[in-house]
Amino acid sequence: MSQDIQTNAQIQIELREPEQNRNAFQRFLRRFSGNSLALIAFIVLMVIIAVSIFAPYIAPYDPAKSDIVHRLQPPSLAAPAKGGFPHILGTDQQGRDVLSRLIYGGRVSMSVAFAVVAVAGAIGTVIGLISGYFGGWVDLVFMRLVDIQSSFPGLLVALTFVMVLGPGQRNLTIALLIVGWMIHARMARSQVLTARESTMVESSRAIGCSMPRILFGHILPNVISPLITTYVLEMAHMIEAEANMSFLGYGIQPPASSWGLMIGEGRQYITNAWWLVVFPGLIIGITVLCLNLVGNWVREEFDPLQKGRH
Amino acid sequence: MTNAEDIIIVKNLIKHFPVRGGLMGKPTSWVHAVDDVSFTIKKGQTLGLVGESGCGKTTVGRLVLNLIKPTGGEVYFENKNIYDKKQCSEKEFRKCAQIIFQDAFSSFDIRKNVESIVGEPLVVHGLAGGKELKERVAELLRTVGLKPEIAREYPHTLSSGQKQCVGIARSLALKPKFIVGDEPISALDVSVRAQVLNLMRDLQEKFNLTYLFISHDIRVVQYLSNYIAVMYVGKMVEMAPTEEIFAHRLHPYTEALLTAVPIEDPRLRRPREILQGEVPSPVDPPPGCRFYPRCHYAMKRCKEEDPQLVEKAPGHFAACFADFHSSERII
Repeated sequence: MSQDIQTNAQIQIELREPEQNRNAFQRFLRRFSGNSLALIAFIVLMVIIAVSIFAPYIAPYDPAKSDIVHRLQPPSLAAPAKGGFPHILGTDQQGRDVLSRLIYGGRVSMSVAFAVVAVAGAIGTVIGLISGYFGGWVDLVFMRLVDIQSSFPGLLVALTFVMVLGPGQRNLTIALLIVGWMIHARMARSQVLTARESTMVESSRAIGCSMPRILFGHILPNVISPLITTYVLEMAHMIEAEANMSFLGYGIQPPASSWGLMIGEGRQYITNAWWLVVFPGLIIGITVLCLNLVGNWVREEFDPLQKGRH
Repeated sequence: MTNAEDIIIVKNLIKHFPVRGGLMGKPTSWVHAVDDVSFTIKKGQTLGLVGESGCGKTTVGRLVLNLIKPTGGEVYFENKNIYDKKQCSEKEFRKCAQIIFQDAFSSFDIRKNVESIVGEPLVVHGLAGGKELKERVAELLRTVGLKPEIAREYPHTLSSGQKQCVGIARSLALKPKFIVGDEPISALDVSVRAQVLNLMRDLQEKFNLTYLFISHDIRVVQYLSNYIAVMYVGKMVEMAPTEEIFAHRLHPYTEALLTAVPIEDPRLRRPREILQGEVPSPVDPPPGCRFYPRCHYAMKRCKEEDPQLVEKAPGHFAACFADFHSSERII
């Protein structure tokens, strides 16, 4: 026990001394210490997000403007004959600048993934919390619903919904939402099941806390770290799902662009215009990889037991 | 039994936990955690509840606070049935009856600081806010002998004694009349046990508190209690005023508990009542006395018939057929 107290005191000293004269940004960077891979992934991700947000100011060309004369030009650093910015990543079958389409496509992919995870995460987490806390028939109903839905492949369910609702960004988001909520519900439920038996909950009940206060004021903040990990990893999953759907032609419709749609459109030209497929594929891969790395870092960073291991 | 002074009256309390198994999750058997337990506590007094681990004493504590629902029986707080919402609203009852946990740290939300832990009861019941809340918390911390500056600390930075004191401060926040101490000092370092015990005694005098003090250590219970009740596998086997139970034991199990207490002089030894065999499982216990398999005084009758708790001497209850009594001075 006395050793316990000592280590606590040490932790306190370690935490306090350097923290006080650092600003928020330095403190944030410090959290990445020993995990430079996560830091790189985080920076790359931020760059991708920033570029997507500021697409109109960054993209050299209008992503929808075709120029048949200069179609299927390979990547080149030389300025085109007509003048203007070089087509660094080449042009596609309609002469549109691949880089510009990639930048605008990121916007779509990111916003679909973010919207799905934000809404599905919120709905799923609340359902999971309630289901786990109350148990009984409430739990039974929600979890059987999840079971039924997870017995179908997610992409198939999403495809069915898009076919009914019609393609487009909004309907794609709704379809992915319907597929995506249950993993969050399952995660939240499993976390609550253990937390609900804790002395902390009993103590809260003993002083007369209301059910919502216990659930959202005490249980949720204590189980949020594994849930945040799920949110980040689901972002990666949803970017892939959006790409899949758009590739199959049930997601984003041309002339708008998305990474998956670009691969789908470039597929026919893959033998003589590799750049149409490789660059969107690469950016999807990089984004998903970075999200996974950051997700792992989040799990380690917010889990008090893992903290300070590396 | 009903008396204006009796703040807590427990009548034939029963709690059976289902053991689920099988395909449909129907209970296959029942754990008889608490079987027909009755007692009363007078205002300002302490009942010490002792027994080995798993005997149901903690369950009794939870039942008396309405944290779990009983299978049968009633608990009256100030002559109001606490399980009847019409007689006793849960919110009001929570203000009057509180609990001190064995492991204070695990009862805290570790993401909150001491101030919000101690002040939470006041916030929940809308009794204080803002600056007043800060003052009340500081006052509570002073009451339990802590510095008010500790309010900004987080629980993991405190020592085990401080944690328990913070837990007590939280229990006191609503100015309760009745407190269940669920092994409040068992998890503490020996050096701070006395400190916490003294604090509990001082608080009792200061606020005229009534305690139900649960412990496995009869010596600890003796220090605070006016009455001592001994439980064995869900049943109460003996209950008497503290002095009386130390002077005359009327149940062999109490005798075994008391002779297990070490003597403070290492040169002295005493013949010990060492129990043989194991504690019977509380899952669907057989008829007859539950202490029967381990009892030196067991008779044929003990195996077939369950002894009831009867008043064998004024104020002294025991559940034993054998005419057992021991009056050897032990502590």
